[in-house]
Amino acid sequence: MSEINYVIEATDLTKQFGDFKAVNAISFNVKKGEIFGFLGANGAGKTTAMKMLIGISNPTSGAANVAGFDVFTQAESIKKNIGYMSQKFALYDDLTVKENITFFGGIYGLSRATLKQKINALIEELGLHDIADNLVGALPLGWKQKLAFSVALLHNPKIVFLDEPTGGVDPITRRQFWEMIYKAAHEGTTIFVTTHYMDEAEYCDRVSIMVNGKIEALDTPKKLKEQFKVTSMNNVFLKLARG
Amino acid sequence: MSISVNHISKSYKSIQALQDISFNVNEGELFGLIGPDGAGKTTLFRILTTLLIADTGQASVAGYDVIKDYKAIRNCVGYMPGKFSLYQDLTVEENLEFFATIFKTTIEANYHLIKDIYVQIEPFKNRRAGKLSGGMKQKLALCCALIHKPKVLFLDEPTTGVDPVSRKEFWDMLKRLQQKGITILVSTPYMDEAALCDRVAFIQNGELLEIGTPKNIVKEYSKKLYNVKSDNMYQLIDSLNTFKYTYSAYPFGEFVHYTDTRDEFDIKELHSYLKDKGLHNITIEITNPTIEDTFMALAK
Repeated sequence: MSEINYVIEATDLTKQFGDFKAVNAISFNVKKGEIFGFLGANGAGKTTAMKMLIGISNPTSGAANVAGFDVFTQAESIKKNIGYMSQKFALYDDLTVKENITFFGGIYGLSRATLKQKINALIEELGLHDIADNLVGALPLGWKQKLAFSVALLHNPKIVFLDEPTGGVDPITRRQFWEMIYKAAHEGTTIFVTTHYMDEAEYCDRVSIMVNGKIEALDTPKKLKEQFKVTSMNNVFLKLARG
Repeated sequence: MSISVNHISKSYKSIQALQDISFNVNEGELFGLIGPDGAGKTTLFRILTTLLIADTGQASVAGYDVIKDYKAIRNCVGYMPGKFSLYQDLTVEENLEFFATIFKTTIEANYHLIKDIYVQIEPFKNRRAGKLSGGMKQKLALCCALIHKPKVLFLDEPTTGVDPVSRKEFWDMLKRLQQKGITILVSTPYMDEAALCDRVAFIQNGELLEIGTPKNIVKEYSKKLYNVKSDNMYQLIDSLNTFKYTYSAYPFGEFVHYTDTRDEFDIKELHSYLKDKGLHNITIEITNPTIEDTFMALAK
Protein backbone atom coordinates (compact mmCIF):
# COMPACT_ATOMS: atom_id res chain seq x y z
CA MET A 1 0.00 0.00 0.00
CA SER A 2 1.09 3.49 -0.71
CA GLU A 3 1.51 6.39 1.64
CA ILE A 4 -1.35 8.78 1.06
CA ASN A 5 0.90 11.57 -0.16
CA TYR A 6 -0.42 10.77 -3.57
CA VAL A 7 -4.11 10.50 -4.28
CA ILE A 8 -3.44 8.92 -7.65
CA GLU A 9 -0.47 6.73 -8.46
CA ALA A 10 -0.45 5.18 -11.91
CA THR A 11 2.35 2.99 -13.22
CA ASP A 12 2.45 1.75 -16.82
CA LEU A 13 -1.33 1.80 -16.89
CA THR A 14 -2.50 0.27 -20.16
CA LYS A 15 -5.79 -0.47 -21.87
CA GLN A 16 -5.82 -2.48 -25.03
CA PHE A 17 -8.75 -3.09 -27.39
CA GLY A 18 -7.72 -5.84 -29.81
CA ASP A 19 -4.45 -4.62 -31.35
CA PHE A 20 -5.12 -1.04 -30.40
CA LYS A 21 -3.53 0.42 -27.27
CA ALA A 22 -5.96 3.17 -26.33
CA VAL A 23 -3.88 3.90 -23.24
CA ASN A 24 -0.24 2.93 -23.59
CA ALA A 25 1.70 2.51 -20.34
CA ILE A 26 1.01 5.85 -18.71
CA SER A 27 2.68 6.66 -15.40
CA PHE A 28 1.96 9.67 -13.24
CA ASN A 29 1.15 10.75 -9.69
CA VAL A 30 -1.30 13.32 -8.39
CA LYS A 31 -0.72 14.97 -5.02
CA LYS A 32 -3.33 15.72 -2.35
CA GLY A 33 -5.01 19.08 -2.93
CA GLU A 34 -3.53 19.42 -6.38
CA ILE A 35 -5.46 20.66 -9.43
CA PHE A 36 -4.33 18.26 -12.12
CA GLY A 37 -5.21 19.05 -15.74
CA PHE A 38 -5.55 16.00 -17.94
CA LEU A 39 -5.36 17.21 -21.53
CA GLY A 40 -5.22 15.65 -24.94
CA ALA A 41 -6.79 15.76 -28.38
CA ASN A 42 -10.09 13.95 -29.05
CA GLY A 43 -9.28 10.27 -29.31
CA ALA A 44 -5.94 10.53 -27.47
CA GLY A 45 -7.16 8.14 -24.76
CA LYS A 46 -8.23 10.53 -21.97
CA THR A 47 -11.68 9.05 -21.45
CA THR A 48 -10.37 5.48 -21.47
CA ALA A 49 -7.71 6.41 -18.91
CA MET A 50 -10.24 8.18 -16.74
CA LYS A 51 -12.61 5.20 -16.82
CA MET A 52 -9.85 3.00 -15.42
CA LEU A 53 -9.06 5.52 -12.70
CA ILE A 54 -12.66 5.81 -11.52
CA GLY A 55 -13.05 2.05 -11.33
CA ILE A 56 -15.44 1.35 -14.19
CA SER A 57 -13.00 -0.19 -16.65
CA ASN A 58 -10.40 -2.84 -15.89
CA PRO A 59 -6.87 -2.04 -17.07
CA THR A 60 -5.20 -4.53 -19.40
CA SER A 61 -1.92 -4.16 -17.52
CA GLY A 62 -0.01 -1.83 -15.22
CA ALA A 63 -0.99 -0.63 -11.79
CA ALA A 64 -2.93 2.25 -10.32
CA ASN A 65 -4.01 3.33 -6.91
CA VAL A 66 -6.74 5.93 -6.48
CA ALA A 67 -7.73 7.45 -3.13
CA GLY A 68 -5.84 4.62 -1.46
CA PHE A 69 -7.48 1.78 -3.36
CA ASP A 70 -6.30 -0.52 -6.11
CA VAL A 71 -8.05 -0.20 -9.48
CA PHE A 72 -7.95 -3.96 -10.08
CA THR A 73 -9.16 -5.31 -6.77
CA GLN A 74 -10.93 -2.44 -5.02
CA ALA A 75 -12.92 -0.72 -7.77
CA GLU A 76 -16.04 -0.54 -5.60
CA SER A 77 -14.16 1.25 -2.82
CA ILE A 78 -12.79 3.71 -5.37
CA LYS A 79 -16.29 4.58 -6.55
CA LYS A 80 -17.37 5.32 -2.97
CA ASN A 81 -14.39 7.52 -2.28
CA ILE A 82 -14.30 9.73 -5.34
CA GLY A 83 -16.57 12.37 -6.83
CA TYR A 84 -17.34 12.49 -10.53
CA MET A 85 -19.07 14.81 -12.92
CA SER A 86 -19.00 15.14 -16.68
CA GLN A 87 -20.41 17.54 -19.20
CA LYS A 88 -22.65 14.87 -20.63
CA PHE A 89 -24.06 13.52 -17.43
CA ALA A 90 -24.21 15.21 -14.10
CA LEU A 91 -27.72 15.50 -12.69
CA TYR A 92 -31.22 14.26 -13.47
CA ASP A 93 -33.10 16.88 -15.48
CA ASP A 94 -36.50 15.67 -14.35
CA LEU A 95 -35.74 15.84 -10.63
CA THR A 96 -35.76 19.13 -8.75
CA VAL A 97 -32.65 20.72 -7.30
CA LYS A 98 -33.47 19.35 -3.84
CA GLU A 99 -34.39 15.90 -5.17
CA ASN A 100 -31.10 15.64 -7.03
CA ILE A 101 -29.10 16.49 -3.92
CA THR A 102 -31.14 14.04 -1.86
CA PHE A 103 -30.78 11.32 -4.46
CA PHE A 104 -27.02 11.58 -4.84
CA GLY A 105 -26.54 12.05 -1.11
CA GLY A 106 -28.52 8.85 -0.59
CA ILE A 107 -26.43 6.98 -3.17
CA TYR A 108 -23.31 7.94 -1.25
CA GLY A 109 -24.87 6.77 2.00
CA LEU A 110 -25.21 10.08 3.83
CA SER A 111 -27.49 9.95 6.86
CA ARG A 112 -30.78 11.84 6.82
CA ALA A 113 -29.54 14.39 9.32
CA THR A 114 -26.30 15.03 7.45
CA LEU A 115 -28.18 15.23 4.19
CA LYS A 116 -30.66 17.78 5.48
CA GLN A 117 -27.82 19.92 6.73
CA LYS A 118 -25.92 19.56 3.44
CA ILE A 119 -28.96 20.51 1.35
CA ASN A 120 -29.48 23.70 3.31
CA ALA A 121 -25.81 24.59 3.25
CA LEU A 122 -25.57 23.98 -0.46
CA ILE A 123 -28.69 25.95 -1.36
CA GLU A 124 -27.40 28.78 0.78
CA GLU A 125 -23.94 28.74 -0.75
CA LEU A 126 -25.11 28.65 -4.35
CA GLY A 127 -27.98 31.07 -3.77
CA LEU A 128 -30.59 28.60 -5.00
CA HIS A 129 -33.42 29.48 -2.55
CA ASP A 130 -35.89 30.55 -5.20
CA ILE A 131 -35.36 27.54 -7.41
CA ALA A 132 -34.73 24.72 -4.94
CA ASP A 133 -38.00 23.09 -5.98
CA ASN A 134 -37.58 23.69 -9.71
CA LEU A 135 -36.62 20.94 -12.12
CA VAL A 136 -32.91 20.88 -12.87
CA GLY A 137 -33.70 20.61 -16.59
CA ALA A 138 -34.97 24.19 -16.57
CA LEU A 139 -31.75 25.65 -15.13
CA PRO A 140 -29.17 27.39 -17.30
CA LEU A 141 -26.25 25.08 -18.07
CA GLY A 142 -23.81 27.09 -15.94
CA TRP A 143 -25.98 26.74 -12.84
CA LYS A 144 -26.46 23.08 -13.51
CA GLN A 145 -22.72 22.54 -13.68
CA LYS A 146 -22.06 24.48 -10.48
CA LEU A 147 -24.73 22.43 -8.72
CA ALA A 148 -23.35 19.20 -10.18
CA PHE A 149 -19.89 20.03 -8.86
CA SER A 150 -21.26 20.65 -5.39
CA VAL A 151 -23.19 17.39 -5.55
CA ALA A 152 -20.01 15.56 -6.57
CA LEU A 153 -18.44 16.88 -3.35
CA LEU A 154 -21.37 15.95 -1.05
CA HIS A 155 -19.64 12.93 0.48
CA ASN A 156 -16.33 14.75 0.98
CA PRO A 157 -14.37 12.65 -1.50
CA LYS A 158 -10.58 12.80 -1.47
CA ILE A 159 -10.59 13.43 -5.18
CA VAL A 160 -13.11 14.62 -7.72
CA PHE A 161 -12.93 13.80 -11.44
CA LEU A 162 -14.29 16.48 -13.76
CA ASP A 163 -14.71 15.52 -17.41
CA GLU A 164 -15.01 18.71 -19.48
CA PRO A 165 -17.13 20.36 -16.81
CA THR A 166 -17.28 23.78 -18.49
CA GLY A 167 -17.95 22.94 -22.14
CA GLY A 168 -20.40 25.47 -23.60
CA VAL A 169 -20.73 27.35 -20.31
CA ASP A 170 -20.74 31.17 -20.56
CA PRO A 171 -17.45 32.92 -19.78
CA ILE A 172 -18.53 34.47 -16.49
CA THR A 173 -20.05 31.29 -15.06
CA ARG A 174 -17.05 29.33 -16.32
CA ARG A 175 -14.86 31.50 -14.12
CA GLN A 176 -17.19 31.16 -11.14
CA PHE A 177 -16.94 27.43 -11.65
CA TRP A 178 -13.15 27.63 -11.48
CA GLU A 179 -13.37 29.68 -8.31
CA MET A 180 -15.30 26.75 -6.82
CA ILE A 181 -12.55 24.41 -8.00
CA TYR A 182 -9.87 26.58 -6.38
CA LYS A 183 -11.84 26.67 -3.16
CA ALA A 184 -12.26 22.89 -3.05
CA ALA A 185 -8.56 22.37 -3.78
CA HIS A 186 -7.65 24.93 -1.14
CA GLU A 187 -9.66 22.88 1.36
CA GLY A 188 -7.69 19.78 0.44
CA THR A 189 -9.79 18.07 -2.22
CA THR A 190 -7.75 16.83 -5.15
CA ILE A 191 -9.08 17.88 -8.56
CA PHE A 192 -8.57 15.85 -11.72
CA VAL A 193 -9.96 17.79 -14.66
CA THR A 194 -10.14 17.57 -18.45
CA THR A 195 -10.87 20.61 -20.57
CA HIS A 196 -10.59 21.93 -24.10
CA TYR A 197 -10.26 25.50 -22.88
CA MET A 198 -6.55 26.22 -22.82
CA ASP A 199 -6.91 29.21 -20.51
CA GLU A 200 -8.24 26.69 -17.98
CA ALA A 201 -5.13 24.58 -18.45
CA GLU A 202 -3.23 27.59 -17.07
CA TYR A 203 -5.28 27.41 -13.86
CA CYS A 204 -4.02 23.91 -13.07
CA ASP A 205 -1.09 23.22 -10.75
CA ARG A 206 0.21 20.62 -13.17
CA VAL A 207 -0.90 19.51 -16.58
CA SER A 208 -0.40 16.31 -18.53
CA ILE A 209 -0.90 16.10 -22.27
CA MET A 210 -1.82 12.77 -23.85
CA VAL A 211 -0.97 12.02 -27.48
CA ASN A 212 -1.95 8.71 -29.07
CA GLY A 213 -2.37 6.88 -25.77
CA LYS A 214 0.82 8.18 -24.13
CA ILE A 215 1.54 11.05 -21.78
CA GLU A 216 3.93 13.17 -23.83
CA ALA A 217 4.32 16.05 -21.40
CA LEU A 218 3.69 16.57 -17.71
CA ASP A 219 4.65 19.62 -15.69
CA THR A 220 3.44 22.95 -14.36
CA PRO A 221 2.00 25.25 -17.05
CA LYS A 222 4.94 27.60 -16.51
CA LYS A 223 7.56 24.91 -17.09
CA LEU A 224 5.71 23.47 -20.08
CA LYS A 225 5.68 26.89 -21.72
CA GLU A 226 9.40 27.25 -21.06
CA GLN A 227 10.09 23.75 -22.33
CA PHE A 228 8.28 24.36 -25.62
CA LYS A 229 9.43 27.99 -25.83
CA VAL A 230 5.93 29.40 -26.29
CA THR A 231 3.83 31.95 -24.41
CA SER A 232 0.57 30.08 -23.88
CA MET A 233 -0.73 26.61 -23.09
CA ASN A 234 -2.68 26.78 -26.33
CA ASN A 235 0.62 26.84 -28.22
CA VAL A 236 2.07 24.04 -26.09
CA PHE A 237 -0.97 22.00 -27.04
CA LEU A 238 -0.74 22.86 -30.72
CA LYS A 239 2.94 21.87 -30.77
CA LEU A 240 2.33 18.53 -29.11
CA ALA A 241 -1.06 17.19 -29.88
CA ARG A 242 -0.58 16.18 -33.47
CA GLY A 243 2.39 14.02 -32.55
CA MET B 1 -27.73 40.30 -48.59
CA SER B 2 -27.34 36.64 -47.97
CA ILE B 3 -29.17 36.42 -44.64
CA SER B 4 -31.53 39.03 -43.34
CA VAL B 5 -33.10 38.81 -39.90
CA ASN B 6 -35.71 41.41 -38.91
CA HIS B 7 -37.17 41.66 -35.42
CA ILE B 8 -37.37 37.91 -34.89
CA SER B 9 -38.82 36.74 -31.57
CA LYS B 10 -39.59 33.24 -30.40
CA SER B 11 -40.70 31.84 -27.08
CA TYR B 12 -41.34 28.36 -25.74
CA LYS B 13 -44.03 28.45 -23.06
CA SER B 14 -42.59 30.78 -20.43
CA ILE B 15 -39.09 30.96 -21.89
CA GLN B 16 -38.25 33.78 -24.26
CA ALA B 17 -35.68 32.10 -26.52
CA LEU B 18 -35.17 35.04 -28.89
CA GLN B 19 -36.07 38.66 -28.29
CA ASP B 20 -36.38 41.03 -31.24
CA ILE B 21 -33.26 39.89 -33.08
CA SER B 22 -32.16 41.82 -36.19
CA PHE B 23 -28.98 41.55 -38.25
CA ASN B 24 -27.78 40.97 -41.80
CA VAL B 25 -25.09 38.73 -43.20
CA ASN B 26 -23.45 39.81 -46.45
CA GLU B 27 -22.81 37.50 -49.35
CA GLY B 28 -19.57 35.58 -48.92
CA GLU B 29 -19.23 36.62 -45.30
CA LEU B 30 -18.03 34.39 -42.47
CA PHE B 31 -20.34 35.50 -39.68
CA GLY B 32 -20.08 34.24 -36.12
CA LEU B 33 -22.89 33.92 -33.61
CA ILE B 34 -21.10 33.92 -30.29
CA GLY B 35 -22.83 32.96 -27.08
CA PRO B 36 -23.04 30.35 -24.36
CA ASP B 37 -25.28 27.33 -24.17
CA GLY B 38 -28.91 28.43 -23.88
CA ALA B 39 -28.34 31.82 -25.54
CA GLY B 40 -30.81 31.08 -28.34
CA LYS B 41 -28.35 30.24 -31.11
CA THR B 42 -29.95 26.94 -32.08
CA THR B 43 -33.44 28.43 -32.12
CA LEU B 44 -32.21 31.08 -34.55
CA PHE B 45 -30.56 28.44 -36.77
CA ARG B 46 -33.77 26.42 -36.84
CA ILE B 47 -35.79 29.46 -37.86
CA LEU B 48 -33.36 30.35 -40.65
CA THR B 49 -33.23 26.79 -41.96
CA THR B 50 -37.08 26.70 -42.02
CA LEU B 51 -37.40 24.04 -39.34
CA LEU B 52 -39.12 26.33 -36.87
CA ILE B 53 -41.48 29.29 -37.28
CA ALA B 54 -40.80 32.51 -35.42
CA ASP B 55 -43.57 34.09 -33.31
CA THR B 56 -42.96 37.49 -34.85
CA GLY B 57 -40.59 39.11 -37.33
CA GLN B 58 -39.32 38.19 -40.78
CA ALA B 59 -36.21 36.56 -42.11
CA SER B 60 -34.81 35.68 -45.50
CA VAL B 61 -31.98 33.46 -46.66
CA ALA B 62 -30.37 33.77 -50.11
CA GLY B 63 -33.21 36.10 -51.07
CA TYR B 64 -35.96 33.68 -50.06
CA ASP B 65 -38.46 34.22 -47.29
CA VAL B 66 -38.17 31.60 -44.54
CA ILE B 67 -41.92 30.95 -44.51
CA LYS B 68 -43.19 31.58 -48.03
CA ASP B 69 -40.19 30.10 -49.85
CA TYR B 70 -39.14 27.42 -47.39
CA LYS B 71 -38.70 24.80 -50.09
CA ALA B 72 -36.32 26.99 -52.09
CA ILE B 73 -34.27 27.61 -48.96
CA ARG B 74 -33.98 23.93 -48.19
CA ASN B 75 -32.48 23.40 -51.64
CA CYS B 76 -29.79 26.01 -51.37
CA VAL B 77 -28.55 25.85 -47.79
CA GLY B 78 -26.39 23.38 -45.94
CA TYR B 79 -27.09 22.79 -42.26
CA MET B 80 -24.89 21.06 -39.76
CA PRO B 81 -26.83 20.80 -36.49
CA GLY B 82 -25.05 20.82 -33.15
CA LYS B 83 -26.18 17.29 -32.47
CA PHE B 84 -24.83 14.61 -34.80
CA SER B 85 -27.74 13.90 -37.15
CA LEU B 86 -26.46 11.57 -39.84
CA TYR B 87 -27.52 7.96 -40.22
CA GLN B 88 -25.48 6.03 -37.68
CA ASP B 89 -25.99 2.68 -39.38
CA LEU B 90 -25.01 3.83 -42.85
CA THR B 91 -21.33 3.93 -43.71
CA VAL B 92 -19.41 7.13 -44.34
CA GLU B 93 -19.76 6.71 -48.09
CA GLU B 94 -23.43 5.71 -47.91
CA ASN B 95 -24.30 8.80 -45.88
CA LEU B 96 -22.58 11.03 -48.40
CA GLU B 97 -24.24 9.31 -51.35
CA PHE B 98 -27.60 9.51 -49.65
CA PHE B 99 -27.37 13.28 -49.19
CA ALA B 100 -26.09 13.77 -52.74
CA THR B 101 -29.02 11.77 -54.12
CA ILE B 102 -31.61 13.63 -52.03
CA PHE B 103 -30.39 16.86 -53.61
CA LYS B 104 -30.34 15.29 -57.08
CA THR B 105 -26.61 15.54 -57.49
CA THR B 106 -23.61 13.22 -57.24
CA ILE B 107 -20.52 13.08 -55.07
CA GLU B 108 -18.40 13.58 -58.20
CA ALA B 109 -20.20 16.76 -59.28
CA ASN B 110 -19.16 18.73 -56.21
CA TYR B 111 -16.20 16.71 -55.06
CA HIS B 112 -13.92 19.77 -55.29
CA LEU B 113 -15.87 21.35 -52.41
CA ILE B 114 -15.37 18.49 -50.00
CA LYS B 115 -12.08 17.05 -51.23
CA ASP B 116 -9.87 18.64 -48.52
CA ILE B 117 -12.13 17.32 -45.79
CA TYR B 118 -13.17 14.04 -47.33
CA VAL B 119 -9.64 12.74 -47.89
CA GLN B 120 -9.22 12.77 -44.11
CA ILE B 121 -12.13 10.39 -43.57
CA GLU B 122 -11.82 8.43 -46.82
CA PRO B 123 -9.71 5.69 -45.18
CA PHE B 124 -12.82 4.95 -43.09
CA LYS B 125 -15.38 5.20 -45.89
CA ASN B 126 -16.73 1.72 -45.19
CA ARG B 127 -17.11 2.33 -41.48
CA ARG B 128 -20.57 2.99 -40.06
CA ALA B 129 -21.05 6.63 -39.10
CA GLY B 130 -22.04 5.63 -35.57
CA LYS B 131 -18.61 4.06 -35.06
CA LEU B 132 -16.61 7.18 -35.96
CA SER B 133 -14.75 9.33 -33.44
CA GLY B 134 -16.15 12.76 -32.63
CA GLY B 135 -13.73 14.57 -34.90
CA MET B 136 -14.46 12.31 -37.86
CA LYS B 137 -18.23 12.56 -37.36
CA GLN B 138 -17.90 16.29 -37.52
CA LYS B 139 -15.95 16.10 -40.79
CA LEU B 140 -18.48 13.75 -42.33
CA ALA B 141 -21.36 16.00 -41.26
CA LEU B 142 -19.63 18.93 -42.92
CA CYS B 143 -19.16 16.95 -46.14
CA CYS B 144 -22.84 16.00 -46.15
CA ALA B 145 -23.85 19.64 -45.59
CA LEU B 146 -21.70 20.71 -48.56
CA ILE B 147 -22.36 18.01 -51.13
CA HIS B 148 -25.13 19.94 -52.94
CA LYS B 149 -23.02 23.10 -53.20
CA PRO B 150 -25.08 25.29 -50.89
CA LYS B 151 -25.08 29.07 -51.18
CA VAL B 152 -25.30 29.46 -47.45
CA LEU B 153 -23.85 27.14 -44.84
CA PHE B 154 -25.26 26.98 -41.30
CA LEU B 155 -22.97 25.44 -38.71
CA ASP B 156 -24.37 25.13 -35.21
CA GLU B 157 -21.55 24.76 -32.69
CA PRO B 158 -19.36 22.64 -34.97
CA THR B 159 -16.43 22.81 -32.55
CA THR B 160 -18.05 22.27 -29.16
CA GLY B 161 -16.18 19.56 -27.28
CA VAL B 162 -13.46 19.54 -29.92
CA ASP B 163 -9.80 19.84 -28.93
CA PRO B 164 -7.79 22.98 -29.81
CA VAL B 165 -5.85 21.37 -32.66
CA SER B 166 -8.94 20.02 -34.40
CA ARG B 167 -10.66 23.34 -33.83
CA LYS B 168 -7.85 25.14 -35.60
CA GLU B 169 -8.01 22.72 -38.53
CA PHE B 170 -11.76 23.16 -38.72
CA TRP B 171 -11.46 26.94 -38.94
CA ASP B 172 -8.79 26.69 -41.63
CA MET B 173 -11.31 24.62 -43.54
CA LEU B 174 -14.05 27.22 -43.09
CA LYS B 175 -11.75 29.91 -44.48
CA ARG B 176 -11.17 27.83 -47.60
CA LEU B 177 -14.91 27.29 -48.07
CA GLN B 178 -15.48 31.00 -47.71
CA GLN B 179 -12.98 31.61 -50.51
CA LYS B 180 -15.13 29.41 -52.71
CA GLY B 181 -17.95 31.91 -52.33
CA ILE B 182 -20.06 30.21 -49.67
CA THR B 183 -21.67 32.42 -47.04
CA ILE B 184 -21.18 30.91 -43.61
CA LEU B 185 -23.12 31.48 -40.40
CA VAL B 186 -21.38 29.65 -37.58
CA SER B 187 -22.14 29.58 -33.88
CA THR B 188 -19.67 28.88 -31.10
CA PRO B 189 -19.28 29.19 -27.35
CA TYR B 190 -15.50 29.69 -27.81
CA MET B 191 -14.64 33.36 -27.65
CA ASP B 192 -11.24 32.88 -29.31
CA GLU B 193 -13.02 31.71 -32.46
CA ALA B 194 -14.84 35.04 -32.70
CA ALA B 195 -11.58 36.66 -33.77
CA LEU B 196 -11.53 34.42 -36.85
CA CYS B 197 -14.86 35.72 -38.21
CA ASP B 198 -15.40 38.71 -40.51
CA ARG B 199 -18.12 39.93 -38.20
CA VAL B 200 -19.68 38.54 -35.06
CA ALA B 201 -22.88 38.96 -33.08
CA PHE B 202 -22.81 38.38 -29.33
CA ILE B 203 -25.95 36.69 -28.08
CA GLN B 204 -27.01 35.88 -24.52
CA ASN B 205 -30.41 35.01 -23.04
CA GLY B 206 -32.04 35.53 -26.43
CA GLU B 207 -30.78 39.07 -26.89
CA LEU B 208 -28.15 40.47 -29.22
CA LEU B 209 -25.59 42.29 -27.11
CA GLU B 210 -23.39 43.61 -29.93
CA ILE B 211 -22.63 43.23 -33.63
CA GLY B 212 -19.44 44.20 -35.41
CA THR B 213 -16.01 43.19 -36.64
CA PRO B 214 -13.88 41.57 -33.94
CA LYS B 215 -11.55 44.60 -34.01
CA ASN B 216 -14.31 47.13 -33.55
CA ILE B 217 -15.99 45.13 -30.83
CA VAL B 218 -12.82 45.13 -28.78
CA LYS B 219 -12.57 48.91 -29.23
CA GLU B 220 -15.94 49.24 -27.48
CA TYR B 221 -14.32 48.12 -24.26
CA SER B 222 -14.24 51.32 -22.27
CA LYS B 223 -12.41 50.46 -19.05
CA LYS B 224 -8.70 50.25 -18.34
CA LEU B 225 -7.79 46.62 -17.98
CA TYR B 226 -4.94 45.27 -15.86
CA ASN B 227 -3.14 41.94 -15.78
CA VAL B 228 -2.61 41.00 -12.14
CA LYS B 229 -0.45 38.07 -11.16
CA SER B 230 0.89 36.57 -7.94
CA ASP B 231 2.17 33.34 -6.49
CA ASN B 232 -1.26 32.13 -5.34
CA MET B 233 -4.19 32.27 -7.76
CA TYR B 234 -6.86 31.27 -5.25
CA GLN B 235 -5.87 33.92 -2.73
CA LEU B 236 -5.41 36.48 -5.47
CA ILE B 237 -8.96 36.05 -6.79
CA ASP B 238 -10.31 35.97 -3.27
CA SER B 239 -8.45 39.17 -2.33
CA LEU B 240 -9.48 40.99 -5.50
CA ASN B 241 -13.10 39.99 -5.01
CA THR B 242 -13.10 41.64 -1.59
CA PHE B 243 -11.15 44.78 -2.59
CA LYS B 244 -13.49 47.73 -2.24
CA TYR B 245 -12.61 49.30 -5.59
CA THR B 246 -12.88 46.16 -7.70
CA TYR B 247 -15.25 46.50 -10.62
CA SER B 248 -14.42 43.12 -12.12
CA ALA B 249 -11.78 40.46 -11.54
CA TYR B 250 -11.75 37.47 -13.85
CA PRO B 251 -9.07 34.79 -14.14
CA PHE B 252 -7.50 34.75 -17.61
CA GLY B 253 -4.91 32.03 -17.95
CA GLU B 254 -2.02 32.83 -15.64
CA PHE B 255 -3.39 36.33 -14.90
CA VAL B 256 -6.44 37.90 -13.36
CA HIS B 257 -7.98 40.62 -15.53
CA TYR B 258 -8.83 43.45 -13.20
CA THR B 259 -10.84 46.65 -13.65
CA ASP B 260 -11.28 49.35 -11.03
CA THR B 261 -14.46 51.26 -10.20
CA ARG B 262 -12.54 54.56 -10.44
CA ASP B 263 -11.40 56.19 -13.67
CA GLU B 264 -7.92 56.76 -12.33
CA PHE B 265 -6.20 54.82 -9.61
CA ASP B 266 -2.77 54.21 -8.19
CA ILE B 267 -1.39 50.78 -8.99
CA LYS B 268 0.75 51.00 -5.85
CA GLU B 269 -2.35 51.08 -3.69
CA LEU B 270 -3.62 47.80 -5.14
CA HIS B 271 -0.13 46.38 -4.89
CA SER B 272 0.16 47.12 -1.20
CA TYR B 273 -3.37 45.86 -0.56
CA LEU B 274 -2.45 42.52 -2.12
CA LYS B 275 0.84 42.43 -0.25
CA ASP B 276 -1.00 42.96 3.03
CA LYS B 277 -3.18 39.98 2.10
CA GLY B 278 -0.02 37.87 2.18
CA LEU B 279 0.56 37.54 -1.57
CA HIS B 280 4.03 37.49 -3.10
CA ASN B 281 5.57 38.13 -6.53
CA ILE B 282 2.78 40.54 -7.37
CA THR B 283 2.79 42.15 -10.80
CA ILE B 284 0.20 44.61 -12.10
CA GLU B 285 0.37 45.76 -15.70
CA ILE B 286 -2.02 47.42 -18.09
CA THR B 287 -3.17 45.09 -20.87
CA ASN B 288 -5.37 45.06 -23.97
CA PRO B 289 -8.87 43.64 -23.74
CA THR B 290 -9.74 40.50 -25.68
CA ILE B 291 -13.06 39.61 -27.24
CA GLU B 292 -13.85 37.56 -24.15
CA ASP B 293 -13.33 40.61 -21.89
CA THR B 294 -15.72 42.55 -24.09
CA PHE B 295 -18.32 39.81 -24.00
CA MET B 296 -18.16 39.56 -20.23
CA ALA B 297 -18.38 43.33 -19.80
CA LEU B 298 -21.51 43.36 -21.98
CA ALA B 299 -23.03 40.31 -20.29
CA LYS B 300 -22.33 41.46 -16.73
